Amino acid sequence: MTVTQTPPSTSTPGGFIERQRSTATAGSGNNLLEVSALKMHFPLTQGIIFQRQVGAVRAVDGIDFFVEKGETLGLVGESGCGKSTTGRAILQLYKPTAGSVKFDGTELTSLPGEQMRKMRRRMQMIFQDPYASLNPRMTVGNIIGEPIEVHNLARGREKTERVQELLKVVGLNPYFTNRYPHEFSGGQRQRIGVARALAVEPDFIVADEPISALDVSIQAQIINLLEELQDRFKLTYLFIAHDLSVVRHISDRVAVMYLGKIVELADRIDLYEHPLHPYSQALLSAVPIPDPVVEQKRKRIILTGDVPSPVNPPSGCRFHTRCWKAQQICSEVDPEFIEHAPRHWAACHFPGA
Amino acid sequence: MALLEVNDLKTQFFTRDGVVRAVDGVTFHLDAGETLGLVGESGCGKSVTALSLMRLIPQPPGKIVNGQIVFDGQDILKMDDDDVRGIRGNNIAMIFQDPMTSLNPVLTISRQISEALELHLKLDKSEARKQTIELLELVGIPSAKKRVDDYPHQFSGGMRQRVMIAMALSCKPKLILADEPTTALDVTIQAQILELLKSLAKEFRTAFILITHDLGVVAGMTQRINVMYAGRIVEKADTGELFANPKMPYTWGLLRSIPRLDEQRKAKLLPIEGLPPDLISPPGGCKFEPRCQYRRDICREKEPELQHIPNAKPDHEARCWGTQNVAGGGWLVDTDWRREVGDVRVIEEIKGQAASETTTEGPGG
Repeated sequence: MTVTQTPPSTSTPGGFIERQRSTATAGSGNNLLEVSALKMHFPLTQGIIFQRQVGAVRAVDGIDFFVEKGETLGLVGESGCGKSTTGRAILQLYKPTAGSVKFDGTELTSLPGEQMRKMRRRMQMIFQDPYASLNPRMTVGNIIGEPIEVHNLARGREKTERVQELLKVVGLNPYFTNRYPHEFSGGQRQRIGVARALAVEPDFIVADEPISALDVSIQAQIINLLEELQDRFKLTYLFIAHDLSVVRHISDRVAVMYLGKIVELADRIDLYEHPLHPYSQALLSAVPIPDPVVEQKRKRIILTGDVPSPVNPPSGCRFHTRCWKAQQICSEVDPEFIEHAPRHWAACHFPGA
Repeated sequence: MALLEVNDLKTQFFTRDGVVRAVDGVTFHLDAGETLGLVGESGCGKSVTALSLMRLIPQPPGKIVNGQIVFDGQDILKMDDDDVRGIRGNNIAMIFQDPMTSLNPVLTISRQISEALELHLKLDKSEARKQTIELLELVGIPSAKKRVDDYPHQFSGGMRQRVMIAMALSCKPKLILADEPTTALDVTIQAQILELLKSLAKEFRTAFILITHDLGVVAGMTQRINVMYAGRIVEKADTGELFANPKMPYTWGLLRSIPRLDEQRKAKLLPIEGLPPDLISPPGGCKFEPRCQYRRDICREKEPELQHIPNAKPDHEARCWGTQNVAGGGWLVDTDWRREVGDVRVIEEIKGQAASETTTEGPGG
C-alpha cells in the first residue's frame, strides 16, 4: 500500500499548530458511551501467604473515546494490546483501576451492584469462542431464555415464544430449543451467542472477536447477520477484532490500540486512506490483499521486533522501540492524543506520511 | 521432472461412525523451487494432504488407502519406515500452524534444532551447535548466540515460528510444507514471517507448499494455487490466473465472502450459504452442489472431473459441470463472476458508477 498523506494542517487551518487538547470524549452530544482516562491494571503479586504487589500488567492505560448512538466503533490491535480488556472493563466485568465509563449519561464505575445488574440489560457481549462461551449442559432454549428470566422480561409460554422468535431472527430453526450446543457447528453456535445477547433487547453490544474462530465462508454470514440486526434493532456496536479488513468493512469509525493505549481514532475511510500514526500505517500495510497484482505493487512496512511487555512498557511513546520515525523526543515524552483533523485523533510526535 | 508428483491420493479415517474420506483422490505436482498454495476451509483435507506427504497420518484410525507420492523419483508410500525417516526432516520438512504447541517445552532450542543436524547430517555436537546458531541468525533471531540455550517459553509467538522455520531449514530440504504458518500470529508478525519465507524460497530455491485458508496470503506468496473442497481439488491455476479469472463457484464464494482492505465502498458480503458436507456421507454428485447458487440437475446426478476449462489458460482446471464442454454442461464458461446478476456488489457498483458520472465527485469518498 502506498501511504499517501495530505497534511492535516491544510485541511484544518491552524488546528495543527494550536494543538488543542483532545476532546475525544466530548463528541456531538449523541453519545451512548463515553470512556475517559480508563485504566485497567492487573496486579502482579509475589509470596504465598502475604501477597505483595510487585508490579502491574497495564493492560489498558488511559484511553479516551466515545461511541455514538447507532454506530459501530471498531477496535483493532494485535493480541495483548488490551482491546478485549477494554470491552470487558466497559461492561464492568472487570472493575476498572481508574477512569470513567459513562453509558447513556450514567457513570458505571461507581454504580451499585443491583443498579449495574439492571444496566446490563442494555449492554451485552458476544464472545470470541462459540465453543467455550455456551454452557454445554444447557439446552439452547435455556441458554437464550436465562437472560430473559433474570431480567424479568417474560416467563413460561411467553418466554418460549420469545426464544423461538430470537432463533428465527438469527437464522436458526425455531425448533432447535431442546438441542445442546455440541449439536451445532461453529457458525451456528455463534448465532446462538448472538441470540443470547439480543434476548434482553440491548442498546449496546460489545462483540469481542465474534468471527475469528470461524471459517472464512461462515465469517461473512455472521458479519451480514450483525449488520442486519444493527439496522433492524438500532444497535450500537463496539466491534473488537484483529482483522483489519473485517473491521474496515463493518465499522463507521475505527480505533487502533497499541500496548494499552489508543494510538489513532478516525472515520473508517479516513483511517484507512490517511493513517497518521506509524503503527496504523504499518498495520495496514501488513494485511495481505487477495489480489496478486495489488500484492506485487504494494510496499510493506515490516516492523522489527515484538510488542513489548505491558508490565514494563517503554518510556515516552510506547511504539518508539519499533518505530522507524522515532527520535529523541519519542522516548522521553508520551505524545498527547490530539485531534489532527476533524474527528481524526492520533497520539504521535511526527504524524503523517 | 517434477520434484513431487502426487497421484490419486486417498487418505481415510476409520471411525466408529464410518469412514471419513478426508482426502479423496488428490492429484498435483510441484517443481523444484516452486511455491504452491493449497487453499480451503477447515476440514477440506489440506492438512491431511500435507501429513500424508510426510507419512505422518496416525494409524489407526487413519490410513492412506490409495495413490502415489513420488518425491525425487521415489514413491514415498512404497518405502519402509526407515527410509521415510531418512526423508522426513532431511528432504521434506514441515512448519506447523501452532508454534506454541509444536516445540518441546522441556528441551532447549539448541537441543531441538541440533537433533536433526546430528541425525541427518551426521555432524558432531559442537559443529551442530555452530550451525544452529547460524540458522537462528538466518531466520532473524537477535543475539542468537545467547538465545540458543533458551527454552521455547522464553520466546514470543513470532520468534517461536522463526525457530520452527530454522528447524525446517536445518537440513536444507528440497521441499517445505508450511501448514498455516502464520495463522496463529498477529498481522505485523505475519508480515515478517511471510517476508522471511519468501526470501528463503528465493535464496535456497526450496520448494514450498503453503497451506492456508487466507487468500490474501497465497496471493502474494505462490506461483500456483490448488483450491480444495471436501477432500478434493476443485480448481487449480496459476496464481495470477486464479484471481483474475476464477471459474469454480466455490472459489467465487471464497473471494466474495471476504472483505478486502482496499475495497472502495461498503458492499454487502456474499457468504457461501450452508455448511461444508459431512465427509462420512458426502453428496453423491458435485460435493459443492448443495451450497452452489449456480447448480443444475446434472450437478446432483454425477460428479464432474477436474478438467481444463475452455477459453482459459492451458493449465487452468476446474471440477465443475458449468465449465465443461459436455451435454448439459458449460453454462458458466462465459460467466463473469463479478458481474453475475443477483450479485449485490455488482448492483452497487453499477449504481455507484452512474452516480459518479452525473456528479463530478468520485464514489466511495
